[in-house]
Amino acid sequence: MQYMIMNYVLPDDFASDDRPETSADGPAWGAYTKAMIDAGVMVGGNALHPSHTATTLRIRNGQRELADGPYAETKEHLGGYFIIDVPDLDTALDWAAKNPAASTGSVEVRPVFR
Amino acid sequence: MSDALVKALESWPQDGLPDNPEGWLLTVARRRLIDISRKTAKWAETQNALEQLVDEHGMERTDEDGANAFEDERLKLLFVCAHPAINEKIRAPLMLQTVLGLDARRIASAFLIAPGSLGQRLVRAKAKILEAGIRFDVPPAEQLEERLGSVLDTIYAAYTLGWDASYTDDSKSSNLVNEAIWLGQLLRQLMPDEPEVLGLLALMLFCESRRHARRDAQTGQYVPIGQQDPAAWSIDMIDEAEVCLRQAGSINRPGRYQLEAAIQAIHADRRRTGIINWPEIRMIYGGLVSFSPTLGAMLGYATACAECNETAAALEILDSLQIKQKERYQPYWAVRAHVLAQLGQVGEAADCFETAAGLSEDPSVRAYLLERRMGLGDG
Repeated sequence: MQYMIMNYVLPDDFASDDRPETSADGPAWGAYTKAMIDAGVMVGGNALHPSHTATTLRIRNGQRELADGPYAETKEHLGGYFIIDVPDLDTALDWAAKNPAASTGSVEVRPVFR
Repeated sequence: MSDALVKALESWPQDGLPDNPEGWLLTVARRRLIDISRKTAKWAETQNALEQLVDEHGMERTDEDGANAFEDERLKLLFVCAHPAINEKIRAPLMLQTVLGLDARRIASAFLIAPGSLGQRLVRAKAKILEAGIRFDVPPAEQLEERLGSVLDTIYAAYTLGWDASYTDDSKSSNLVNEAIWLGQLLRQLMPDEPEVLGLLALMLFCESRRHARRDAQTGQYVPIGQQDPAAWSIDMIDEAEVCLRQAGSINRPGRYQLEAAIQAIHADRRRTGIINWPEIRMIYGGLVSFSPTLGAMLGYATACAECNETAAALEILDSLQIKQKERYQPYWAVRAHVLAQLGQVGEAADCFETAAGLSEDPSVRAYLLERRMGLGDG
């Protein structure tokens, strides 16, 4: 089964305008990614630019509404995601527990429709 | 500590010590379970049936026979929860819930079981107990040793899960280590002449004595055992552990937990001698793995060999391990990295440090492993 693992981080913990690998916790993300690849569970994933670079679009009553910023103003923002292929939710949770964002932010785990 | 114990400790100074403190505690824990089951209709049937089973055997006898009745019941409950017919993965949660009255959500969190699904698994486990006709009894003599092993393994499973628990000082935070040690103490009260019971308690106390030394007080950084300051170890726990181990030794029936505790005793001895006696540790591991080749013991053996400069032997041990889901098992990679580093195989060691870091849950352990990796690059 495929699960999406979403890394929610505090704004300060976002990858800066440099490449994600060179940020302070770049090595931690690199190690986590490597472990999942070596375990054969990695399907894909990406780091995202900080949430202030987001633009949110809605269409209401035929009108386009564009807002600067992410979908919701939350304390933690979506910093990136992984998609993994594992037998069950328990295994997905086990990987989520190793996610570097788990101890300073939050990690959402959700099954993907296939 | 479980809610029932916390409640007891909070109320005793005001209300005075009840006549039958243990009985009272068990009653409170039982009542909480019954309350919870009433709120969750799904649980009611099997939950209440199990409760009734307990009640029939225990509750009525409280007033007449006093504390002993409850002690017997708790012991039986421990054996029921660790019965081989019950799925391995649910034994520890079941024990924590039924013997300690712990909240299911906290248990689910610790065991990484989605909160919604732990309830169902516990219901199935209890239904299994009733369907399979598991007897609410301490096993007969010929089965006792094996079944006791299962009880001990279950308690130890809870302890090892809590081993990497967060280092907050929040006394109210659920910490599996406290629950596991409490169960270990309980078992020692109920079976004081069983050497492996004493061995397990000694093992847990030795390990727990080092808790505050494992992290640097200022920086929160991970401190490996060889670099810990013995002054930060809990002397009280070490003393109690040594008493247990000596008692166990005098019974002259060695076993897995006694040997593991003996290894920890040698580590603890560094506070007196200033060194770690690795050759002696290696010797005990050699004996341990010959009859109890658990993953942890094999990894410990490999580490001890490496520390005795038998790095080739260490690598052989590691290569021989058949590990289910090895790619997810952090300790294997951490030990392998350490051994390869010692062998001077820098490239491979770096790789393993990185994998071990990626598999770590604790940020300070992760940071330590990444630092070790960076340290290799300079060599």
